[in-house]
Amino acid sequence: MFRWIVVRDLTLAWKSRVDVLSTLFFFLIVVSLFPLGIGPETNLLRLIAPGVVWVAALLASMLSLGRLFANDYQDGTLEQLLLTPQPLYLVVLGKVLALWLVSGVPLALMSPVLGIQFGLSGNTLFVLVVSLLLGTPVLALIGSIGAALTLGLRGGGLLLSILVLPLYIPVLIFGSGAVDASITGMGLQGSLSLLGAVLVLSLVFAPWATSAALRISLE
Amino acid sequence: MLEATSLGCVRGDRRLFTNVNFALGPGSLLQVQGPNGSGKTSLLRMICGLLAPAEGEIRWQAANIHSLGEEYFTSLAYIGHRNGLKEELTPIENLRVASGLTGTQLSHDEATIVLGKVGLAGREHLPARILSEGQRRRTALARLLICKAPLWVLDEVLTSLDSSAVRFVTSLIREHTNKGGITVVATHHEFDLPADSYQRLDLA
Repeated sequence: MFRWIVVRDLTLAWKSRVDVLSTLFFFLIVVSLFPLGIGPETNLLRLIAPGVVWVAALLASMLSLGRLFANDYQDGTLEQLLLTPQPLYLVVLGKVLALWLVSGVPLALMSPVLGIQFGLSGNTLFVLVVSLLLGTPVLALIGSIGAALTLGLRGGGLLLSILVLPLYIPVLIFGSGAVDASITGMGLQGSLSLLGAVLVLSLVFAPWATSAALRISLE
Repeated sequence: MLEATSLGCVRGDRRLFTNVNFALGPGSLLQVQGPNGSGKTSLLRMICGLLAPAEGEIRWQAANIHSLGEEYFTSLAYIGHRNGLKEELTPIENLRVASGLTGTQLSHDEATIVLGKVGLAGREHLPARILSEGQRRRTALARLLICKAPLWVLDEVLTSLDSSAVRFVTSLIREHTNKGGITVVATHHEFDLPADSYQRLDLA
């Protein structure tokens, strides 16, 4: 049953792939604007690269959150999902997993190409991908709570960003911290371990909070 | 056995109904009637466990439905007034996904046969987006043919259906009650069934 939720959401993402692609293009363009704006100052660019890529990743995953529950809510399929004979926790986890597969993973895989614009070394590019692969699922998990809470509200999109962006701060700090440490040659294990810890924590608690928020939103 | 005792519903600061009682044994059909805004949909959503009753309780096999949790959903099929179809998917895909989510695998061929029965032969491969309102309703109703749930909760199922489809749904419900299933329907239509074969609940 869990498999069906993931398959369903991946099929839907494939059928509306323009939405998925526009999120990725957003990420690509935002990150590319900085080298163009600042000019060929390699040292400065290398310095701001971790922050820029990570902030752009944060904003891009915010954009994809709107799709998570809103469409299902409008056509009534969310009600049907709530009435399936399995814990709502798993339904939420399945939907978040599918969202991450179509937004977080391609975003992380695309980041080395963008990193080259900032003059990052091969080793740092690798750390960037690893940090994004660890961090983007957290963004999707935390974001799902906000998406569920703002379901069906007018102007929910803006409210969602106000709710969710502050919660993204730890991920931003540890994620860009790891890349930073790799540039300056300091130990990056601390940041990556903390990022992993945040991932485990949000895997346990976020779907549970999202389920509760969904039940309230659907009353 | 589905029982409701002194149910009350409050939406916002408005009291929609109070003291609603019914007991439905195997093979019974309950038609919920009432003017617009009288709380028919709210009552049906309460029976599904989507909405918590303001007062009273609903019991399934003598246990409160909120204590049953997911177990209750295995015995429940709900069709709301939104069809619960994905516009992007074809009727076949919609049906197979809906069936997979309740834990039964449905092959492509089986789905085609079921959709033929609800009068969608030749339309199975079109996205639900371009189907007519009635055809979408029929696709939603096809779920009833594949589910084995003993309790059906149907909200305004007869709207936007033509007369032959209305007869089809009526026969489907009759067949379900004959097999010992329980059906709760909210509708303004008069059923083409003997008056003593079903109960009515008026939310005035």
